[in-house]
Amino acid sequence: MSLKLKALLKSPWVFHLSTGSCNNCDIEILDCLTPRFDIERFGMLLVGSIKHADVLLVTGSCNRMSVERLKVLYEQVPKPCLVVAIGTCAGSRGIFKDSYNCPVPLDKIIPVDVYIPGCPPKPEAMIAGVVKLIEKVGGSK
Amino acid sequence: MTFVYLLVFGFAATAVLGLITSWIDRKVTARVQYRVGPPFLQPFIDIVKLLGKETLIPAGASKGTFLIAPVIGISGVIAVATLLWVNQFFSEGFMGDWIVTIYLLAIPSLSIILGGFASRNPLASLGASREMKLVIAYELPFILAALVPVINAHSIRLSVIIDSQAGGVFAGSLSGILALIVAILCVQAKLALVPFDIPEAETEIVGGALIEYSGPGLAIFRLMKNMLFFTLPFFLIILFFGGLRLNGINILWTVLEYVGIVAIITVIRNTNPRVRIDQAVRFFWGPMTLIAIVAVVLALKGL
Ligand code: SF4
Repeated sequence: MSLKLKALLKSPWVFHLSTGSCNNCDIEILDCLTPRFDIERFGMLLVGSIKHADVLLVTGSCNRMSVERLKVLYEQVPKPCLVVAIGTCAGSRGIFKDSYNCPVPLDKIIPVDVYIPGCPPKPEAMIAGVVKLIEKVGGSK
Repeated sequence: MTFVYLLVFGFAATAVLGLITSWIDRKVTARVQYRVGPPFLQPFIDIVKLLGKETLIPAGASKGTFLIAPVIGISGVIAVATLLWVNQFFSEGFMGDWIVTIYLLAIPSLSIILGGFASRNPLASLGASREMKLVIAYELPFILAALVPVINAHSIRLSVIIDSQAGGVFAGSLSGILALIVAILCVQAKLALVPFDIPEAETEIVGGALIEYSGPGLAIFRLMKNMLFFTLPFFLIILFFGGLRLNGINILWTVLEYVGIVAIITVIRNTNPRVRIDQAVRFFWGPMTLIAIVAVVLALKGL
């Protein structure tokens, strides 16, 4: 594994992007930063600007309005970058599957590296998912 | 020889110590919030990772200035760190190197302003203009506070300031204590830490001037800030505590002084909310300048 990727996996800075979620997943993401879970132990930081990010956390069902923004933002992440779909909405559109407003799921729009199901997923589940992602990327190369 | 000083002391030693300082800062912050905090090597890994990422240049930005700004900033820090190290351990320095130090310490802020305005982003411009106001606010009290050791030592050379504290440090006198308090608060603003992180303000202007930087540019800016986090307390130790003394029991004192200053800065940053830019300007031009003037007058009287 190259040094570049190794360093990336040791300090993944996450950017959090909501594509029309009900806000519950977003709150659970913020829970990961609290003293009980403290993801800074693994070097993860929540960054405010997309240009600083390494991992894109996407929540929500990708409605028509937000898809355009999602594409623009995905193009602005400095590569290499990873995408995590958080929640059933982002994974498969969940209860909005038949909605007129959510034509395609997230993984038909941008490549997704890991799915974390749940409505909303627990913070433990998110941390477990990200650990799996790190193992997958670290092991495959 | 100059090259060795620049590379080994100005860059390498300062960068390593600066990154360690930033780890102390993050760890103490985490402990204050009952968290565990990042592992020891985290700041190094962050820099390596950022160096490996893609550089994105925003459409319509002025490309040359955007790319050169971090380099200007880090060369300023390297120059000032070299000056301090050389004065500390090797030679006599030259007449008026105190003035040069004060000048060079303003360059990192200037580079952030340049980078912010060059990136053609409204939030970055806002951050840069706030940084500019903050520079105007804290420079006056900072220079006044740094003037106190000059008056006490009757010389404008850093090496003389260090030598004249062999008998007793300036922080032991009344004027020295007042000046030290002002200087620490100015350092807080120079490092753009809470409560004076107005130019960066993650929650309102998402990173301010650095918003458009990615990859190596951001890495250099971060490294510059971390190096500054070592250089500024080092400058204060030279001015008020007689420099780094590495003989016998004094090593312990030096480490205590350094960690003490860093810990004070970190605790201030963790226990205060962010102020507005007008409040910051009023704070520095009002009470801080007054205290600094009092300290200067006391120093002239020999107290
Ligand atoms: S997965 Fe559930 S909690 Fe998350 S955004 Fe969708 S509806 Fe809300």
